[in-house]
Amino acid sequence: MESIFFLVVAAVAVISSILVVTCKNPINSALSLVMTFFCLATFYVMLDAPFMAATQVIVYAGAIMVLIIFVIMLLNVRVETVKRGTHAVIAGSAIGLFILFQTVWFLMKGSMTGKVGDMTKEQIVSVGHVELIGKALFTDFLLPFEVTSVLLLAAIVGAVILAKKKI
Amino acid sequence: MLGAYLPILVLVVIACLFGLGSVVFSSLIGQKKPSQVKLAPYECGCEPVGSARERFSIKFYLIAMLFILFDIEAVFMYPWAVLFKRLGMFGLVEMGLFIVILFVGYVYVWKKGALEWE
Repeated sequence: MESIFFLVVAAVAVISSILVVTCKNPINSALSLVMTFFCLATFYVMLDAPFMAATQVIVYAGAIMVLIIFVIMLLNVRVETVKRGTHAVIAGSAIGLFILFQTVWFLMKGSMTGKVGDMTKEQIVSVGHVELIGKALFTDFLLPFEVTSVLLLAAIVGAVILAKKKI
Repeated sequence: MLGAYLPILVLVVIACLFGLGSVVFSSLIGQKKPSQVKLAPYECGCEPVGSARERFSIKFYLIAMLFILFDIEAVFMYPWAVLFKRLGMFGLVEMGLFIVILFVGYVYVWKKGALEWE
């Protein structure tokens, strides 16, 4: 049941990501990207990472998509009418196939060691995924967390300086 | 484990069916008497002027960018809220510092008039 569900979601993810690069209208591409993000969120849920799924939907499918659509509106991109060159398609496909072959080859070559890290699935299920992330974020990685706020502050100032006419 | 997410799946399916059903049924059983006025693009009841594909002001982009930044701030508050009782006073001070630093950014944005529509 779960593997069938996974295959369905994976198929939707692959089809929608193909649509992202093949759609003539940039807004349709952006909407396909939203669909891909939702599929990724579903994968996170299936991997017992609900917080990552929520972040994926809130930040990527929500905020980043708004930004991408605003960029499309700002750049005034028209429906693609120019025929694209085929050399790039051939070269890209060749490189993609090579990387796929390489990945599969190395996967087949090695064997699984069965070693597990600190965060086992049992631990995640028993303690809770959000609790584990929160504990790591607010105790072990306290300084990076506080520095993140400075990073966001710099981004706020940068956004205002870049986009505002009169500062 | 995944059974807990079944209600969300049901909601997604119902939402998709509702959207699809509205389009399909209205095209199947709706009356079609097209006229020049009905086929015109709707623009708040005004006469549509020019192409809809116009360049938008950068002001929209600034608002979107600020929205993302404060959205990311909110994302950090979810795990904090889950662990609020366990972290106690320490967590409160920690998150307080985080929010104060971003509040400086908020005050900067406000004082610079980036939230004004000029």
